[in-house]
Amino acid sequence: MGSRASTLLREEEIEEIKKETGFSHSQITRLYSRFTSLDKGENGTLSREDFQRIPELAINPLGDRIINAFFPEGEDQVNFRGFMRTLAHFRPIEDNEKNKDPTASEPLNSRSNKLLFAFRLYDLDRDDKISRDELLQVLRMMVGVNISDEQLGSIADRTIQEADQNGDNSISFNEFIKVLEKVDVEQKMSIRFLH
Amino acid sequence: NILNSCGDRVRSVAMEDFWAMVLAGLKVWVCLIVSLLMVPAMFGFSLGISETYMKILVKILEWATLRIQTVNKEQRIIQSSSFNSEEDGSMEEELRGLRRSRPKPPVGGDFTLSDCFYFYRRGIEDIVEDEVTQRFSSEELVSWNLLTRTNIDFQYISLKLTMVWGLGVFIRYCILTPLRIMLASIGLTWLVIGTTAVGFLPNWRLKSWLSEWVHVMCYRICARGLSCTIHYHNKENRPRKGGICVANHTSPIDIVILCNDGCYAMVGQSHGGLMGVLQRAMARSCPHIWFERADMKDRHLVTKRLRDHVNDKTKLPILLFPEGTCINNTSVMMFKKGSFEIGGTIYPVAIKYDPQFGDAFWNSAKYNMVSYLLRMMTSWAIVCNVWYLPAMHQQEGEDAVQFANRVKSVIAHQGGLVDLSWDGGLKRAKVKDTYREEQQKKYSSMVVGSEEDRSGNSD
Repeated sequence: MGSRASTLLREEEIEEIKKETGFSHSQITRLYSRFTSLDKGENGTLSREDFQRIPELAINPLGDRIINAFFPEGEDQVNFRGFMRTLAHFRPIEDNEKNKDPTASEPLNSRSNKLLFAFRLYDLDRDDKISRDELLQVLRMMVGVNISDEQLGSIADRTIQEADQNGDNSISFNEFIKVLEKVDVEQKMSIRFLH
Repeated sequence: NILNSCGDRVRSVAMEDFWAMVLAGLKVWVCLIVSLLMVPAMFGFSLGISETYMKILVKILEWATLRIQTVNKEQRIIQSSSFNSEEDGSMEEELRGLRRSRPKPPVGGDFTLSDCFYFYRRGIEDIVEDEVTQRFSSEELVSWNLLTRTNIDFQYISLKLTMVWGLGVFIRYCILTPLRIMLASIGLTWLVIGTTAVGFLPNWRLKSWLSEWVHVMCYRICARGLSCTIHYHNKENRPRKGGICVANHTSPIDIVILCNDGCYAMVGQSHGGLMGVLQRAMARSCPHIWFERADMKDRHLVTKRLRDHVNDKTKLPILLFPEGTCINNTSVMMFKKGSFEIGGTIYPVAIKYDPQFGDAFWNSAKYNMVSYLLRMMTSWAIVCNVWYLPAMHQQEGEDAVQFANRVKSVIAHQGGLVDLSWDGGLKRAKVKDTYREEQQKKYSSMVVGSEEDRSGNSD
């Protein structure tokens, strides 16, 4: 009962988030409303359990990885700023942003940052390389028990072989970008948020 | 001294007069209640008072909406959805789109590094908005209905609007609520007394007619106690004796809504306390089905008792809510198959509340029964539509689950509700792992499915 959502979020905060993420005022208030409805503990932060309460996310084979992406290194709680920062990667790239001020830092939803986000979902140990083991882990999450170890291993080997250019048997970020250069990342890693 | 005693006498006379006035006022009040509300309830006709109230209310709410919209030029109308998912495809379509950019490998399974994009995007979409968790909290209104509880975006619009809101608060809390509480208590007390009295009668035909009359009358009084306006549609399909009535569940008030237009046998767990008194009294006048807590775990026992009741064609139709829990009236969630394994004719009923006048959804995590009922009594009114749908039977070769889904989609279609397969029990419980395994299996067939084709061809 009582007024919820937007009154607990100050105007200055909304402006800061707007600048950092590029979301509009109404999108931010709507997402804040969503954030508070997920926050069952009502302490202004989300834990992993709060995310896992969403059934569609709980049955997503890569659900745990996605949830992990919201939490900074070694932490168990994410606040609203962190929440918005991660969601910002999935904002569509608008045409007028492409010609913006070149001295400003790259927006969170640029093609390169979207790819970096996807790369980091593979590269758990953050050594800037996707090793064979890391690739196998993600593959195993996606296929469950339906494919044998050998077959999965050969799929991983082939994938690394196709992408690897410097022969270190792992995929660096640049090699990752090269493999996916024909993929429409802007569309596939974007959500059409409504105002 | 004489002056003092004079003063005392004057004061005591004044006090007596005061109490006499209060008593007279109460008498008038009770007479008004009985004549204007209880007698129509007992005999089922209406004096048109609530209709007039509703008309005035609708006019005021329309005026308020206009005021809000003219001031608030940004038109902050709440969207029904956070993002546009119309162009999203199925897993197969999306993965095919992602893989289009490179040729299919001759051996080793069809996998690309970009396959995971599909899962990431779906995951983020579900974090922003999912189909399930929103069903367990009250629906957001498109335009404010002058109740504080539905005010999401608190904004000062104009003095007039605030005054109307203030007047509304006064009317609802100080005039309507005490009236409603009194009516509800009269209704429930009369239910207990009436059903117990009927229970003493030996004559069967008279007894059942009287029992039905007492039940309906008391539920009508209770409905007045909540300012319910109910529109019944297709009364020719009303549930008959020996059948099972199934409906979508939004709140305990559903029972009052349905029992205003017919008599049903209730099914449920026997409680202690006030609830228990009510249950035992009702059971004396006509057979209801109350289970002990331990018995409810034994599904065969439950099914057998229900089946025995249904097979006895003189007994009232059973009222069941197959969702098993309260949903917020924007969707219908999975119907548990238990209700559909009993046999007998199913009479589906769709109940749709109009959220503009009051939110009927019982969020049992947030409010207990008493605070929920108080919230109901401090809303403007409860307005709902009830559609009686044609009877349905289980068809040849159809199992209970398919039958349940068929009935669910009929109810959802009539009530304008979203038809979901998700279990309402997800309100409290975790989703089963089998659903994730299904997703994994589906994806695996897109990776190695082609292998099987190839090995089949090479034979």
